[in-house]
Amino acid sequence: MTLREQLREKISAAFYRHGLLCASYPVPIILFTSASILTCCYPLLRLPLPGTGPVEFTTGVRDYSVPSHEPQGDLGERPDWYRGPPVAYIQQVLVKAAVSPWDSSLVTVDVFRSPLGRAFSLLEEIRNHVHSDSSGVRSLETLCLQVTDLFPGLRRMQSVLPEHGCLLVSPGNYWQNQRELFDSDPDLLKTIQKHEPQRPAHLDLLFGVPGKYTGVSHYNKKKVVTYTMTLVLSRYDARFLGSLRARLKQLHPSANCSLRDDHMVHVHFKEEIGIAELIPLVTTYIILFAYIYFSTRKIDMVKSKWGLALAAVVTVLSSLLMSVGLCTLFGLTPTLNGGEIFPYLVVVIGLENVLVLTKSVVSTPVDLEVKLRIAQGLSNESWSIMKNMATELCIILIGYFTLVPAIQEFCLFAVVGLVSDFFLQMFFFTTVLSIDIRRMELADLNRRLPAEAGLPPPKPGPLRTREAPPPPRPSPHTITLQTPAFRNLRLPKRLRVVYFLARTRLAQRIIMVGTVIWIGILVYTDPAGIRTYLAAQVSDQSPLGDPGGGGLPPHLGVAPVFRGGDPTSTLGINPAPAPTPIPDNQSQGHHGSSRVGPLPEAPPPSVPQITWGAEDEEGWRRLSFRHWPSLFSYYNITLAKRYISILPVIPVTVHLSPQEAIETRHPQDTKHPPPSIPKVAADIQTDLTLYKVAALGLAAGVLLVLLLFCLYRVLCPRNYGQNGVTHGRRRRGDLPCDDYGYSPPVSEISPLLLRGHSMDIECLASDGMLLASCCLAGQIRVWDAQTGDCLTVIPNHGLRRSSSSGCWEQRDGWESVSGAAETECLGSEAHGSSISGDGLSEGEGYPLRRRTAPSRPTLFTDQPDLTPLIDTNFADQPPSHLCTPPREGFDFGGLVERAYMEHEPPSPSAYPSPSSASSSPPSGAQLQRRPSLGDSSAFLTQDRASTAGTQATADWESSVWAMELRGNLIAAGRSSGKLELWDAVEGSLRCINEDGVSGITALAFLNNRIVAARLNGSLDFFTVEINKPLGLLQYRGAPGRGSMPPSPCYSSEDVISCQLTRSVQCAHQKPITVLRAAAGRVVAGSQDHTVRVYRLEDSCCLFTLQGHSGGITAIYIDQTMVLASGGQDGAICLWDVLTGSRVSHVYGHRGDVTSLVCTTSCVISSGLDDLICIWDRSTGIKLYSIQQEVGCGASLGVISESLLVTGGQGCVSFWDLNFGDLLQTVYLGQSSDGQGVRQLLVLDNAAIICDFGSELSLVYVPSVLEKLD
Amino acid sequence: MPRLEDHCWSCSCASRIETKHSSGANWLAHKAEEMMSIITSVLSNAYGSLHDVRTANLIRRGLVLFTVGAFLALVLNLLQIQRHVTLFPEEVMATLFSSAWWIPPCCGTGAAVVGLLYPCLDSHLGEPHKFKREWASVMRCIAVFVGINHASVKLDFANNVQLSLTLAALSLGLWWTFDRSRSGFGLGITTAVLATVFTQLLVYNGVYQYTSPDFLYVRSWLPCIFFSGGVTVGNIGRQLAMGGVEKPHMD
Repeated sequence: MTLREQLREKISAAFYRHGLLCASYPVPIILFTSASILTCCYPLLRLPLPGTGPVEFTTGVRDYSVPSHEPQGDLGERPDWYRGPPVAYIQQVLVKAAVSPWDSSLVTVDVFRSPLGRAFSLLEEIRNHVHSDSSGVRSLETLCLQVTDLFPGLRRMQSVLPEHGCLLVSPGNYWQNQRELFDSDPDLLKTIQKHEPQRPAHLDLLFGVPGKYTGVSHYNKKKVVTYTMTLVLSRYDARFLGSLRARLKQLHPSANCSLRDDHMVHVHFKEEIGIAELIPLVTTYIILFAYIYFSTRKIDMVKSKWGLALAAVVTVLSSLLMSVGLCTLFGLTPTLNGGEIFPYLVVVIGLENVLVLTKSVVSTPVDLEVKLRIAQGLSNESWSIMKNMATELCIILIGYFTLVPAIQEFCLFAVVGLVSDFFLQMFFFTTVLSIDIRRMELADLNRRLPAEAGLPPPKPGPLRTREAPPPPRPSPHTITLQTPAFRNLRLPKRLRVVYFLARTRLAQRIIMVGTVIWIGILVYTDPAGIRTYLAAQVSDQSPLGDPGGGGLPPHLGVAPVFRGGDPTSTLGINPAPAPTPIPDNQSQGHHGSSRVGPLPEAPPPSVPQITWGAEDEEGWRRLSFRHWPSLFSYYNITLAKRYISILPVIPVTVHLSPQEAIETRHPQDTKHPPPSIPKVAADIQTDLTLYKVAALGLAAGVLLVLLLFCLYRVLCPRNYGQNGVTHGRRRRGDLPCDDYGYSPPVSEISPLLLRGHSMDIECLASDGMLLASCCLAGQIRVWDAQTGDCLTVIPNHGLRRSSSSGCWEQRDGWESVSGAAETECLGSEAHGSSISGDGLSEGEGYPLRRRTAPSRPTLFTDQPDLTPLIDTNFADQPPSHLCTPPREGFDFGGLVERAYMEHEPPSPSAYPSPSSASSSPPSGAQLQRRPSLGDSSAFLTQDRASTAGTQATADWESSVWAMELRGNLIAAGRSSGKLELWDAVEGSLRCINEDGVSGITALAFLNNRIVAARLNGSLDFFTVEINKPLGLLQYRGAPGRGSMPPSPCYSSEDVISCQLTRSVQCAHQKPITVLRAAAGRVVAGSQDHTVRVYRLEDSCCLFTLQGHSGGITAIYIDQTMVLASGGQDGAICLWDVLTGSRVSHVYGHRGDVTSLVCTTSCVISSGLDDLICIWDRSTGIKLYSIQQEVGCGASLGVISESLLVTGGQGCVSFWDLNFGDLLQTVYLGQSSDGQGVRQLLVLDNAAIICDFGSELSLVYVPSVLEKLD
Repeated sequence: MPRLEDHCWSCSCASRIETKHSSGANWLAHKAEEMMSIITSVLSNAYGSLHDVRTANLIRRGLVLFTVGAFLALVLNLLQIQRHVTLFPEEVMATLFSSAWWIPPCCGTGAAVVGLLYPCLDSHLGEPHKFKREWASVMRCIAVFVGINHASVKLDFANNVQLSLTLAALSLGLWWTFDRSRSGFGLGITTAVLATVFTQLLVYNGVYQYTSPDFLYVRSWLPCIFFSGGVTVGNIGRQLAMGGVEKPHMD
């Protein structure tokens, strides 16, 4: 054994144990796995959430210094991006201006005309501000961000945005910063709104506050105009800014302003995703989805396909998360774009292992315990899993040595992901799989529980549930491998989709969850979202927040005057610095900020009031978060992955006197009285926004639904049982397990092989407890049907009760006997021999024989030896036999009935004298085919010396053609026409009846009565009489199959006699091929195209059923008086036994119908064309058909209402009758080819007995109850 | 059903190779005569109407491959135009459509030819490709191919040699993971060589040029991309060919 094999075995064993562990403790293991996933993912909380919203970081102004590029040791809460200088510093000067006191003589334009006009002087002030100290003289020109051309294609913006100079934005830009233009502008609002609509609006851009806060409109009730001057600085100079701030405050002090100015905010912008990048990204994701779809589609034969597919995806995803989490934990920060590399990671890790595991597990034998199935499936695939994983790790390790940082990082993630994926597969997925399989079995158990109460009376199907076909009726043994919903064949697909949706409410739930997530994301990412909204709400509700609207609350009028009473100044009100007005616009460094002076003028104690609230402190927050990126982008400066620093705002309060306002009026202003319906217009404006938002939300919702629907369509396999017939027709070649290139694993509980026979088994009989088999050598063995032990051997040579040792002995003995038989020139054949020659040509032979027929048995011994003639027949016949029947090879050991129907001997079949020996020649011809297998057992010898009763000696020279078993009596019909009764337990011959001479081709044993069909077409009715010495009649506990009355048990003391009560001489014109008995009826089918029904008690022929156009080949009758017959014409007839009428007549096969079985709802037939057809019993409509492999056996058995067993080449297959799906194939031996299963018996304990060459196979159908401890 | 499958395939998963600026034209030219031969054979087949089904199948496969190739070319071309993304969608779209229109059709044609050649070669050599024949694997292959393209565009390597070596290793890994057939390797190599030569010719004649050529006139990683592209398209082609034949069993 090489090292490799050793390793392989060890791995396999380890996986086996692991599988046992997982399946034994599913819940703890899942808990453990979830805990580890959560633990590993915990570090992810520290990572920034993905999203394009900007991220903020606040530092103090006083000790601000430009952050260095190198990461420093003690970063604290400092984010990664806070390195190096920002793109720019933003200094906003927030101006609030109002005309006060308001005069009724003023018009609405006055509200903003003169305040805006003041912007120009302020602008002048700022531009000309110069700060000089020891380090030199600085002006705005030296500090500000110099911009060049606007981005090409923005010509429209040229009029409003500065070019080639300082980036300084103010409302004055509308008028090119020229006071003259402003003054001569007749309609300010028109100028401002000319550039609408833009995103973000120019209004916002130039005013620096959102449009509705500016107050520049005709309907401004607050009569306060707000705007900002935005200075964009490239360098930070604290002293210059300080002096500017002081200067502006001196000029325009803000009385009650309590804005904090000690914090600057750094805003980091994420990478912008453009269409050019989005399309490849989307493509990769589509490929990823297709990959997942095609992968998970292969999951099959489990309880919940969706559940397992979900588990598979969860496994991969959480392994990725774990990988990222672990890497973060150990200090590796992901620098790659997660969204970009994610699909590749998934593809590298792959879903393959998970699928392989599933397939391996579901292809284990169904009858095993769940634990064992899991363990076996795992260990079967262990080697390939380990090999693949090792290969992948190697490849990734090679990638690691490329020394490219990005690839290294990717590889690192992939390696950790692979390992954690392996971990999850082993623990999480395996456990989920075991739970799934267990659920499957529990479902079966629930379904069959009612059946345990009593024997199942075939109930009418329950009401059809809307999504499923009638569930399989309660029956003791049911195998269901998938939920009916997924394997439903009958309902149209559309309906099933609807039902599925309705049942799970999947769509609603997904939409709900999606909507909630979507709203959450909106709220999270929108900087103007809920936070600012709430803040605004709070301040609006405060008394000073909204002085507008109708009249002013009385207390507002005085509040600003008494600064201490301002309720919003919770931050504390500094004694306002009262800088002395400085006549010039220059400040000196040493005294710039130290000047404190009285207020130059007291704010006029009248409306409108200018108030400063907390919301003004960081007024830029109210802007769109794309405000700054778009401003910079106009100059081709990108903020992606960079940050800007926003300096504390400089508040400026401007009060204008009414005279001033009137002076600055444009002549046209008074000509435009304000529209009389200002409020409505304003409402409409806001309403329009609302509607827009609502429409947008609606559209997004619809889009989401459509997306989900598409996703569902993509994910939902299109062919769930859509064409069930093709499902059903799945050939043996593409079993589920073969689809993926797996050989079916060797099952752990292999079918029990009953060995002992030396030759092919010919007859098989069982009564549920015992099993009798007879081989070509004539040996009868009795087995215990439960355990498979060989109880008795009835040897054909002497009454030697031997074990299986006698194989060769018997054969030797047999040869000697046959040799003796030859030399003895058995005379009894003489009479028939002359006829047999004629029999080959029926036309002339028939009348001749009719005349010569009435020969008496006494003449038998006088007949000459026929052996040579038989030999001739033997030589002649085989070629014709070989070429005519399609499946000669299988028929040799087959039922005698089969032999008859396929090789109808051209022999006379109706003889007036039943016991005449004239029928023996055809029987000889029949027999010769069987001995051709290698034994010369066909010599028809007759031992006239047999006696009845216990002194009976068996007839060893003729072969057993038919056998039945009831109680512990074996009835064996021999080719010589003798009927023997054996004690099955003791192996002693109890009785022999040799009233008939023609070979017994079929036997029926029912209620002390034995019916024997003979080769010449006669039916003999025997009665078994038991004379008990002790008067005891014991009944065995085990009833016969179905509701048959329990067979009496014959004890060895009984004297059993078997008497011919009636012989129907001419039951059929041609040989009887099939004989069945049930419910007090005996049904015989014959080559003469008719079926006859006899009453068992009085042997009276009730009906002769005509309807077939060929010989009868198969008959089914059961306790419920259902009679079905199949013929050589491929037709199947259903008859009413009570009236003798034909219920239905269908053609289903090209060729003979080889066997027929009925369940309460359907009829199953198999034919020579290797087709299994399932018919609806009541309507006679073909439900579906299963195409089998060529040459597989024709044997059929029904275990329960929904479980069908068929025999094949070296295997038996289980089919689900409701859906026509192949459930399982059980291989009987290692060499699956060669022997076919020809006979198949279903026992009461759900075991199946089938012959397999010279062996018998006992297959236990899995019973869930047995597995449930 | 096959049509449905194909349709689903062509719209849901777009994958193909040949993205690079240069590849399209290259494909077009050197595949043209092969295409012609295929067309003639198709026509002759059509004349003998016995082969109707086969021809239809061939044409359908060719169409699917063409679609896939063209779409992939478009998408992967976009990868090249990345980075300098402006905030104006109009600009991006303009860039997108101003790029040479002939690239996607050329790539599509090349894809169709290569994708049809692969199964054809398989059948001629008499060694049907059995390795990992399922759509999931094909999807994986496409994803890896897009990933290789992505890497060639986005990763910053120390030098071109390193980049080329890495990509070559990746391409070989792709072949080993998803193909493992000699014919696939040979055809891939042939494709790569021909395509590169053709690209060189195109650049030499001034149809377009590379910003920083390091391998005569083109980039040195071009052959690797072509190779992996050939293998990927071959994979698709084989799967399509198989799907057409054994559609009932595909599930």
